[in-house]
Amino acid sequence: MPLLEVENLQVHFRTPTGINRAVDGVSFHVNPGETLAIVGESGCGKSVTSMSMMRLIPEPPGKIAGSIRLEGRDILSLSDREMRALRGNDISMIFQEPMTSLNPVLTVGRQIGETLRLHQGLDQAQAEARAVEMLTLVGIPEPARRVREYPHQLSGGMRQRVMIAMALACNPKLLIADEPTTALDVTIQAQILKLMLELKQRVGAAIILITHDLGVVAEVAERVMVMYAGRKVEEAPVKELFRSPRHPYTQGLLGALPKLGSSLSGETKRLAEIPGQVPDLKQRIDGCVFAGRCALATDLCRQYAPGLEQKAAHHIAACHFAAKEQAAA
Amino acid sequence: MTMPLLQVNDLKKHFPIRSGLFGRSKSRVHAVDGVSFEIARGETLSLVGESGCGKSTVGRAILRLFDITGGQIVLDGKRIDDLGPGSLREMRRRVQVVFQDPFSSLNPRMRIRDILAEPINNFGLAKDKAELDARIKELMEIVRLPRDAVSRRPHEFSGGQRQRIGIARALAAKPDLIVCDEAVSALDVSVKAQIVNLLQDLQREFGLALLFISHDLAIVEHMTHRVAVMYLGRIVEIAPRRQIFASPGHPYTKALLSAVPIPEPGAERSPIILKGDVPSPVNPPKGCRFHTRCPLAFDRCRSEVPELRLKGEEQWVACHLENPA
Repeated sequence: MPLLEVENLQVHFRTPTGINRAVDGVSFHVNPGETLAIVGESGCGKSVTSMSMMRLIPEPPGKIAGSIRLEGRDILSLSDREMRALRGNDISMIFQEPMTSLNPVLTVGRQIGETLRLHQGLDQAQAEARAVEMLTLVGIPEPARRVREYPHQLSGGMRQRVMIAMALACNPKLLIADEPTTALDVTIQAQILKLMLELKQRVGAAIILITHDLGVVAEVAERVMVMYAGRKVEEAPVKELFRSPRHPYTQGLLGALPKLGSSLSGETKRLAEIPGQVPDLKQRIDGCVFAGRCALATDLCRQYAPGLEQKAAHHIAACHFAAKEQAAA
Repeated sequence: MTMPLLQVNDLKKHFPIRSGLFGRSKSRVHAVDGVSFEIARGETLSLVGESGCGKSTVGRAILRLFDITGGQIVLDGKRIDDLGPGSLREMRRRVQVVFQDPFSSLNPRMRIRDILAEPINNFGLAKDKAELDARIKELMEIVRLPRDAVSRRPHEFSGGQRQRIGIARALAAKPDLIVCDEAVSALDVSVKAQIVNLLQDLQREFGLALLFISHDLAIVEHMTHRVAVMYLGRIVEIAPRRQIFASPGHPYTKALLSAVPIPEPGAERSPIILKGDVPSPVNPPKGCRFHTRCPLAFDRCRSEVPELRLKGEEQWVACHLENPA
């Protein structure tokens, strides 16, 4: 049984200029211990999707419909009290900006300890001891001293380690990492990704990794879901997706990506562009959301939204024209 | 040999940290500490490194956004670091900038027409209204924006379109050199490719030199001629693209390149994971600044500062391992 099942998730926001369909009918699942990456560009709805799994969407102006089931329990129908017991305990989250997501006036030890006192009923001393343990686990030197420090005394990489320590303190079943390394330098990013993978194996948590960095996806994900303009356009195991992307948007993304080592074979090629802009989500889009930028688009695409179709084993894409693999005899 | 367009000699920029009563300054941030390089006409030199390495400070010093602490900046054989306000004007025309954030670098109250007209009028590049309008029209075409967009304001445009406006504004002054300070870093992949292609086309068309400041090594490799790698205020390696990416000489360059995630699942990689964080530029480490994180550091690195030395043909590396004493 999947750990998390999301069915027909819709998150709409009421704005003065119309209803913004930030997430428009997205379904997916996450198996226990699996790493699923959700990729897409700004405004595609990947962060809103992750926030709805934590029930962090303010309602109003937001409105969530569909179902999100964690081990069969529908999160969206839980009371606030039940949700609080779940949040930080069964599901926890790492945010992009470790400076703004830590409380500047509390020591890091207190912040890590808070979840433990709340969810696991530890007392002050036990919580602090466990916080030191967690800081050691995430590789912070001199944890006994650092536990009494405030976020501003730590570097960006260390703050992100603290966020990870906090998220993993209660051994969650699902960890949602929303752009966990985007604000970090590459050498620090390499440290943090390595750490996340090691800890995942130790704790056995499933990870939903939200990112726009396809390099990071290739490195850590097992399965990838591509979002565009609030809809899921493609999903496949990571190798399959990079080897034979089916949706023109995914193909465009991969083509637009310069690769390290590209100059070694002589002249570099011009980058492929995806022309145009992301559509306005306040306008109703009846056809394919990508039709306005797609080289293959026909009247069919502009009128009827393609459904997600099986294109190969475990590989689905929402495109009228994406080629299907011949079923193996 | 022809004279380079821009020469930077032993550039230093220290920022005082004010604290205590009456703001006496006790210590200084050594943001840039002895950096030298040249840029030829029509060439792209990339400055790469992690946050706080001083790459943006170098760019801003060249733009004369502040006075420098030491060294020289020479544009076309003429020193520009000691120019007074009057003589700075022509230099400002010749060196333009495109910033990272297309949201905060355009005045939200100005129409695109006025944003583009400002540099043209400032530098007297149009005789009359007709010439000005023609030039604005031309600029919009150059950056591939719809011509009728000139009467709109920045908030009506997406990030990528705004960056095109920023580029058009830089081009309006007919510069020789554009400093691109993380000019594509804030953009989405598909839009980034559009802007990178545009910059490359413009460089070819107008013979522009670019100082491309970026932390994105894949983009740098795609569009640069030469690369300078900075660490804690100093250049640790400077070389043509091929050498940097095929056979990096400095241990820091190697670590930096190996840490970049490659969009190829299951690719053979052995990233060199550096220990710890970048030390503070207030008290940079003695000797080689990289020695606290370098996997290959030995005694000499802790006491003696390595100078940039020629390795092979055009590759300069500041590492004791390259020049055994």
